[in-house]
Amino acid sequence: MSTRLASGGRLIDRHTTRTFTFNGKRLSGHDGDTLASALLANGQTLMGRSFKYHRPRGVVASGAEEPNALMGIGEGGRFEPNQRATTTEIFDGLTAKTQNHWPSLDFDVGAVNAMVPRLLPAGFYYKTFMFPRPFWKHVFEPVIRKSAGLGAAPKDRDADRYEHFYAHVDLLVAGGGIAGLQAALRAGQAGLRVLLVEQTAHWGGRAPVDGVEIGGKPAEEWINDTLQALEGMENVCIRTRSMASGVYDHGYALVYERLTDHAPEMGGPRHRLWRVRAGQIITATGAIERPLSFAGNDIPGVMLASALRDYVVNWGISPGDRTVIVTNNDDAYRTALVLHEAGLAVPAIVDARPSATGDLPQAAREAGIRVLTGTGIAEVKGRKSVTGVVLCAQAGEGAATDEIACEAVAMSGGWSPVVHLWSHCGGKLIWDAERSHFRPDAARAPTGHDGKPFVITAGAASGAETAGDVLADAKTAAGAAADALGRSLPDLDAAGTNDPHEEPMAPVWIMPQGAGPAKRMKMWLDYQNDVKVSDVRLAAQEGYESVEHTKRYTTLGMATDQGKLSNINGLATLAGALNAEIPAVGTTTFRPPYTPISMGAIAGEARDATFQPLRRTPIHDYHEDQGAYMEPVGHWRRPYTYPKTGESHAESVHREVLATRNSLGLLDASTLGKILVKGPDAGKFLDMLYTNMMSTLKPGKCRYGLMCNENGFLMDDGVVARLDEDTFLVHTTSGGAEHTHAHMEDWLQCEWWDWKVHTVNITEQFAQIAVVGPNARKLLEKMGGDMDLSAEALPFMGWAEGRIGGFDARVFRISFSGELSYEIAIPASQGRAFWDAALEAGGTWDITPYGTEALHIMRAEKGFIMIGDETDGTVIPQDLGLNWAISKKKEDYMGKRAQARSHMTDPTRWKLVGLETTDGSTLPDGAYCIAAGTNANNQRNVQGRVTSTYHSPTLGRGIAMGLVLNGPDRMGDIVEFNKVDGGTVAAKIVDPVFFDKDGEKQNV
Amino acid sequence: MLILECPNCGVMADETELSAGGEAHLKRFGPGSSDEEFEGYLFHRANPKGVHFERWRHANGCGKWFHAARCTNTLEVFATYTAQTSTVPDTVIAAIKAKRPDWSHET
Amino acid sequence: MFEVSALNGAVADGPTRVEEAGLQGMVTLKGDLGSAKMKAALKAVGPGLPDRRQIVEKGDRAVAWMARDEVLILCPHAEANAVVTELEAALAGEHFLAVNVSDARAMLRVTGPGAREALAKLAPVDLHPESFRAGEMRRTRLAQVPAAIWLSETDEISVIAFRSVAKYVFDILALSADDSGRVGYFG
Repeated sequence: MSTRLASGGRLIDRHTTRTFTFNGKRLSGHDGDTLASALLANGQTLMGRSFKYHRPRGVVASGAEEPNALMGIGEGGRFEPNQRATTTEIFDGLTAKTQNHWPSLDFDVGAVNAMVPRLLPAGFYYKTFMFPRPFWKHVFEPVIRKSAGLGAAPKDRDADRYEHFYAHVDLLVAGGGIAGLQAALRAGQAGLRVLLVEQTAHWGGRAPVDGVEIGGKPAEEWINDTLQALEGMENVCIRTRSMASGVYDHGYALVYERLTDHAPEMGGPRHRLWRVRAGQIITATGAIERPLSFAGNDIPGVMLASALRDYVVNWGISPGDRTVIVTNNDDAYRTALVLHEAGLAVPAIVDARPSATGDLPQAAREAGIRVLTGTGIAEVKGRKSVTGVVLCAQAGEGAATDEIACEAVAMSGGWSPVVHLWSHCGGKLIWDAERSHFRPDAARAPTGHDGKPFVITAGAASGAETAGDVLADAKTAAGAAADALGRSLPDLDAAGTNDPHEEPMAPVWIMPQGAGPAKRMKMWLDYQNDVKVSDVRLAAQEGYESVEHTKRYTTLGMATDQGKLSNINGLATLAGALNAEIPAVGTTTFRPPYTPISMGAIAGEARDATFQPLRRTPIHDYHEDQGAYMEPVGHWRRPYTYPKTGESHAESVHREVLATRNSLGLLDASTLGKILVKGPDAGKFLDMLYTNMMSTLKPGKCRYGLMCNENGFLMDDGVVARLDEDTFLVHTTSGGAEHTHAHMEDWLQCEWWDWKVHTVNITEQFAQIAVVGPNARKLLEKMGGDMDLSAEALPFMGWAEGRIGGFDARVFRISFSGELSYEIAIPASQGRAFWDAALEAGGTWDITPYGTEALHIMRAEKGFIMIGDETDGTVIPQDLGLNWAISKKKEDYMGKRAQARSHMTDPTRWKLVGLETTDGSTLPDGAYCIAAGTNANNQRNVQGRVTSTYHSPTLGRGIAMGLVLNGPDRMGDIVEFNKVDGGTVAAKIVDPVFFDKDGEKQNV
Repeated sequence: MLILECPNCGVMADETELSAGGEAHLKRFGPGSSDEEFEGYLFHRANPKGVHFERWRHANGCGKWFHAARCTNTLEVFATYTAQTSTVPDTVIAAIKAKRPDWSHET
Repeated sequence: MFEVSALNGAVADGPTRVEEAGLQGMVTLKGDLGSAKMKAALKAVGPGLPDRRQIVEKGDRAVAWMARDEVLILCPHAEANAVVTELEAALAGEHFLAVNVSDARAMLRVTGPGAREALAKLAPVDLHPESFRAGEMRRTRLAQVPAAIWLSETDEISVIAFRSVAKYVFDILALSADDSGRVGYFG
């Protein structure tokens, strides 16, 4: 059982006590503890269950690479699943729950899977649950989902806030070990703008744990001196708890800063996502120790040798009274020495190499520790915790040579540089046969916008092993970064180190090397995804020769692990099974983020009220105050209708339509797009943009026009007013202004740049208010001002400028309702006041504000098309019977050539008609018009569809428009439309203008 | 996440300030053109792995369009240049050839 | 008076303060910025033509370079129409466009020690004091909307955005300027 040592632990403050709960049990630790170290201090070695077999699992690592100890942290709005206990700092009130088991961590029904691992080999799900097909959805998937998977998704709204921060630096240094510190120091001295980030709460990385001395002083002193120097530099910013999570194109990198995870009482944003643009990036991300593949290497108590060393030195943890070391290199001997120094027993160091003659093995022997060379572990004893190891000859098949009782096993299979950040943006790797790892190939670095490398590795991330090599490499990296940025570094020697002589490691991919199938089934490669040596061999046997295919088939190195622990061992196993060399098998792709980052950090400020920009007209507050039901129109919010107390939406829409048709309605049309087009070539330009002729429009007049894209399809429509000889005001649809303006600028800048035309989008300069109905003129006359709004002075499709009441107004006699209508543009700052004044003056005529639904109904009653209803990106004006708005005289306009294509001139294109149900009901929106017979898929043939459909309060019946085969030639025909309930409804093909065909109401 | 220098306002613009506009230097075909010409104009794009000429707009910036010569494989940017040209300027071709001697400009 | 700005002077107070600046006159002028007439016209209505991406201020008027064929003239709200008239007279015969856009925009100010940081949380722009200095007019985006920003004094950044999204811009600035989120990056 693990426990806290009486002394030691360089990161903990034993004077403090922090209380937390683990699966409901109250436990305590100290400031500086991670959840993993605090659990170990409390004797809790069992920290989770595995993904597939639900095997009991303990902590294996001490940092971000931890695959097993994933927990649900926090509660309610602060619950977060899959958090690594090794990177979670404890605080008072922390709650942690283990995952992946039922009903409890100690007793898990799912562990029965582990009794029969033969039944769940690689690809098991693919092979087993294929037939019968309907079973997948209703039987297999729900059961599998219940028993598999990592943590549960949070149910409550996230209680915290998050933000982004854009930083532009010369140099980003990822990793705050001695390599990162050294590189940042050198770059800082050269005057570069440097951002140095470290994922943990502590600087210095492994060096203090490994007993490194720099310049004759303990590493810790050098680290503190360096930090002090960096903090004194204005051009350097250093951050702990900040992980460089990804490197992207052109020097872009993300840094995930965890501000309050360790201290929720601090307030402020929980996470900050730094969006960094760096000239150069140094990845000083260190190395990760590899596990060894021996039977039972996943039993709680088996840890990486370096991690076990960390727990002793950093957190004062005893992993158990007796720890057996198993290794293929000299570094693991440090763990033995550290344990020995802490007064704990090391019954044996099991070294797979034939001999161990380096300084560290010598020191171990001198300390009286038994060193067994040429030896391996045949099997680990124990179920929920280690009880001992069975030894064997590494060269053999696993016959027991000895058995040693112990509570912990420290394993080391050598070290792999952390190449993730290097690889994210295309950095290539090279196989280092001597050290049996992939390391960055400096000759094939990621390249930036200038085609030059922008990522440099430093220290152990480059493959350096000794502290001396690490510091020298970091110095070189800083120099290379400065060179690339056109700066120079003063030449200083790196401080000397006390590195012992280490003998080379020996590759050991399986222990013992002749282990048979029974043992291979208990050798875990990927703890998180429950992938064993036997699974990879099976994949190879079944023909998965590509490492990328094997990865997907076995799930090796997938998900949050991203191959941190499993990668090299998995590749080596695959290579072995394929009889290939490891570099020939290659490696899988490392993808960002390095470890998972929160969804909140990705969203940043984009949540709740600021999830997306909502556009508000100058009259928006009125609508909200009235309790209008709002609907989105692009990013605008527009009133759909203004229900009075007790009214349904249908009732209020009905009331609004009738009030407008019979007396006076008021519409906030401010969202209407308004674009000023000015210049000697403005008319010529608009002639190209619109299907009809705009250049012949007279100043003072308005004209409706259609805009198509080069494909010939309708993209926008609206009324153009000619303000003067040189100037047009183009009205677009609501939400269409930005797109249409961009379209204009595209053609003016990129095709007709010699045409003299300027455009400005002035949509928001004006509140546009439509005064609509038989009493519209009376209202405006009552409001006063200096304008003559009589039919003679301002006829239909004319515009005028002046004052209405005290307001600056531009008045357009246009109508989208068929009523007498004035659309009045008022400067936005005066818009609300005008609206209020109109409401007040309109009391006489029971003035009624109306929303978009009433607007839509009235336009449909008049047979006016709506972009987005009658059009959907496949409809041309000819389909809508709008030939009158297509100029025959113009040689060219946007879309003209496209509309001459055979498919566009095909007489069988569906054409616009009006539709009246024979029973007066309202057709379902989008319903298809049914034709005889069925198609190849046994679906009913169709001959048209509904594009707009409403109940018309004016006519007291359902009206609709639709596109129907040969529709205009079939007036009076009865056709059938399908309904949602599977039935059909009959409708008569009629003229699309349902109301006031002669326009008598608007031309008054 | 690219950065491109807007030649109009001189800003080294983050990709999030820009909007992409597809292949550059297309010749517009209008009424009177053959079906083949018009099809090529509307639909056929080079989509090379390598040097590519593109249209970009500094949409969240000065609002102006520009052209970029860029490698679609390595994302190296050889040059950004005016949108008011229907052909690739010689200086841009020279800048590409300086980096990619084997490349030749097909028109 | 019945004229109101987009947010009617809303304020989010704190060590770093966000306020809507109220009614502000603005005139967009497009044309040939190199022409002698243009330079003279801009001298007549304000401090003259700024260099590329610069803003020049003079009294209650300012001129900002917005694009290679566009400047924005800032003036008291009540004077915007007069500025348009003046420009139209001065540029008669030229190909140009001058229009009052005062009400199409909202102007906000962020003042205080966290002003740069607040903007750096929203804009993909290098706002480091060595890079972003007083007098530069930077058009960019703030989170999801376009905006123009410039630094007047050490701790004061002005923001122009579209009127319809003024509330959104105010809200994201207020969030970003909240003192609990100080980054400490710009010293």
